[in-house]
Amino acid sequence: MTDATRQVETAKPDGALRRLLRRKLAVFGLVLIGLVLLGAIFAPWIAPFDPAEQHFDGLTLEGAPLPPGGVYLLGTDLLGRDLFTRILYGAQTSLIIGVAANGLSLIIGTLVGITAGFFRGWIGTVLMRFTDLMMAFPALLLAICLAAIFTPSLWIVAMVIALVNWVQTARVIYTETSSLAERDFIAAERILGASTGRILFRHILPHLVPTIIVWGTLGISTTVLLEATLSFLGVGVQPPTPSWGNIIFENQTYFQAAPWLVFIPGAAVLLLALAFNLVGDALRDVLDPLQRGRD
Amino acid sequence: MTSTRQTSTADTAAVANSSATVLAVDGLCVSVRSESGLATLVSDLSFTLARGETLAIAGESGSGKSITSLAIMGLLPPPAVRVTGGVIRLGDTALTGLPEGQMRSIRGDRIAMIFQEPMTSLNPVLTVGSQLCEAIRAHEPVSRSAAQARALEALRQVRLSQPEQRMGQFPHELSGGMRQRVMIAMALVLRPEVLIADEPTTALDVTVQREVLDLLRDLQRELGTAIILITHDMGVVAEMAERVIIMRQGRMVETGNVRDIFARPSHAYTRALLDAVPRMGAGASRPSAAHSERKVPVARLDDVSVRYDVRAGLMGRVSHRVHAVERVSFDIRPGETFALVGESGCGKSTIAKAMVGLVPHEGMIDIVGHRVTGGRQAGAFRRAVQLVFQDPMAALDARMRVGDLVAEPLVIHGIGNATEQRKRAEELMILVGLSPDQLNRYPHEFSGGQRQRICIARALALQPQLVIADEAVSALDVSVQAQVLALLRDLQKNFGIAILFISHDMAVVENISDRVAVMFLGQIVEMGTREQVFGDPLHPYTRRLIQAVPLPDPDLKRAPIPRLTGEVASPIHRVGFGPERRQLVDTGDGHLVAMGDR
Repeated sequence: MTDATRQVETAKPDGALRRLLRRKLAVFGLVLIGLVLLGAIFAPWIAPFDPAEQHFDGLTLEGAPLPPGGVYLLGTDLLGRDLFTRILYGAQTSLIIGVAANGLSLIIGTLVGITAGFFRGWIGTVLMRFTDLMMAFPALLLAICLAAIFTPSLWIVAMVIALVNWVQTARVIYTETSSLAERDFIAAERILGASTGRILFRHILPHLVPTIIVWGTLGISTTVLLEATLSFLGVGVQPPTPSWGNIIFENQTYFQAAPWLVFIPGAAVLLLALAFNLVGDALRDVLDPLQRGRD
Repeated sequence: MTSTRQTSTADTAAVANSSATVLAVDGLCVSVRSESGLATLVSDLSFTLARGETLAIAGESGSGKSITSLAIMGLLPPPAVRVTGGVIRLGDTALTGLPEGQMRSIRGDRIAMIFQEPMTSLNPVLTVGSQLCEAIRAHEPVSRSAAQARALEALRQVRLSQPEQRMGQFPHELSGGMRQRVMIAMALVLRPEVLIADEPTTALDVTVQREVLDLLRDLQRELGTAIILITHDMGVVAEMAERVIIMRQGRMVETGNVRDIFARPSHAYTRALLDAVPRMGAGASRPSAAHSERKVPVARLDDVSVRYDVRAGLMGRVSHRVHAVERVSFDIRPGETFALVGESGCGKSTIAKAMVGLVPHEGMIDIVGHRVTGGRQAGAFRRAVQLVFQDPMAALDARMRVGDLVAEPLVIHGIGNATEQRKRAEELMILVGLSPDQLNRYPHEFSGGQRQRICIARALALQPQLVIADEAVSALDVSVQAQVLALLRDLQKNFGIAILFISHDMAVVENISDRVAVMFLGQIVEMGTREQVFGDPLHPYTRRLIQAVPLPDPDLKRAPIPRLTGEVASPIHRVGFGPERRQLVDTGDGHLVAMGDR
């Protein structure tokens, strides 16, 4: 009875994309990401001012920044620069950090974790002891060291963040891989004579997708904020280039006098992280065959 | 029993009535809320349970028997599963609709339950003694020392050896049978009126099952507890119960006296269920496979040992070794079914793993002229031997479509192009009794038996000469089990595949095998043809195994088998020491028995 109904349901399987678009929250997340992306790409055309220009009329007579409204849509910062413009340009930096740096750290973490978890033996021991070492070392200190060695640029900062951030992912992926490797279906593959590559990438990796997605979406906000910390310490993105993180940090001391200078970029980070989170959640369900028909 | 009481005088009838029926279930309905509305799990179930009676609720998976027991205990998983109708009455208390606080005081005190898996029902970080005391003190305001004394008494009652020491031990230090005894002690320590035993012996070895069943029966006689025994095993029903309810898809199919139902099942489903039960002796009617002793064996094992190191101490020095398999030799001839039987931990699955190269071994394993080594195996060897696992859901990648899974062996070995592989997958599906248009589905959309068929299809894709079935039907319902066994037999007849059938179930082995080897603690203690081993078991362990099988015949209640006293023998030995080697001697016509044990 149930077999028959199931057959009808799965007779014509929809594409993953179409199933993703059927979820309202996922679409909302996609739209948000799209908006940020468009804002970042078209910043030079959308932005009303130059991000580095210090407006004379951007400050009150006492030298305080202007609140949102009027000519300066979201107000101005301490130096009289237009906040809206800086947020738009800052999106470029933050997207690159949040997506590229975070993506790179996920890839490193997954590769290290999956290799160590599957092979065990001395390879696994060496890799995981190295990971533990990295974990024990203060991430910020390491990032500062790395950033000091290379001349700071956006891409170098992204790389530094990736090199610091992969550790947690590697740990989690390692644990999960080593339990997957013990399961019967992996033993069945070995008995069939499947190559190691096939077992790793066709059978183990798909089972790790939910974890990778969760860590990926969590990583967006942490990497954006890590970049901000680095900028604050002077080893991140160099001023006057704006990023959401360094806008927050530049202005945090004036939080009580000009709260919008912290709230608005903070809200931007939050919304971006939320958007990725919603899409990630939906993606995880859509890619999981066990969740079929529960949309 | 109840009828005699009802005919007595009015005065005693009132007393008898209140004491006779301890639990009454009337029109019970349980439903689960899902996206597609309410789905019924149990519908309109009514029965009564008299004092001191054992009522069996039997049925296959999904029949609603466990849901019924959870409903009585008030343990249905909230909020999705709810009692949607009917009344459950314990004595004068209606349990349905009772607030959780009151239910909690009834649970354990007046109704107790034991589950299938004792390890998961016991708290691993508390000692046996403290868990028992906790159970007592949760219901009765007694002092710690009084609770301790009662706990000790309860452990004695379930005939646990060295009860004083057991009190201080943790669950993982006990064997499966001992743990289930502790569970029974915990359930009975407060003298409940009703004991619900949900598959209490399914996870146990057959000889231990026997002991636990004997124990339950004796305790019931002493304490007068009414037992609801939930089981899928008709043999257990026949041995334990007076009345039985047969359930199917949430409904009662048939109920009555066990003797009547086994002798004259009126419902077609009951008849089918009873027919599907593997019976000892039924295998004799099967024509034994063509004698192929002259042919070259497909697999030859010579002095094979598998040992694991146990490391201890700061430096991680090897202090002990687990002798999982110890100097085992046998061969499997083309087209025959060779069975390895034994209880859990006897090393039978380890042999299977060694034969496919999953665990390293000492000695020689030769499969179709290929020497198995610990490392990667050649493609030709991979094609020659395949393994079918116990749990098909675990053995199939849940994220792949069945079509890809069945065709995967061909892809791995580069046989044919995509269309040919697809076509072969379709053929294989038909071969194992599934439909080719199910290829686009995922494993979880199939039933347990169908999944095992998929695993068999996958194993057959490379046309192996030897299929190792490692407890391949143990996780299946009896009716499905019979079908899968029939499928294996058909495939063997049509393709001449040799099967190494690994099982703990003597009845199944007796039905399917040509030759049998009995394993105990890593060594073979008896080996011969099916007729030799089952017709004339020479080793005491073989006899014990055969005697312990519950028979689906209520008229045949046998005397309890003598219990093995003392500690369970262990395959772990200090480095440099090993188990005493059992020398097999031929008692004539190839019937080998371990010497000295007879």
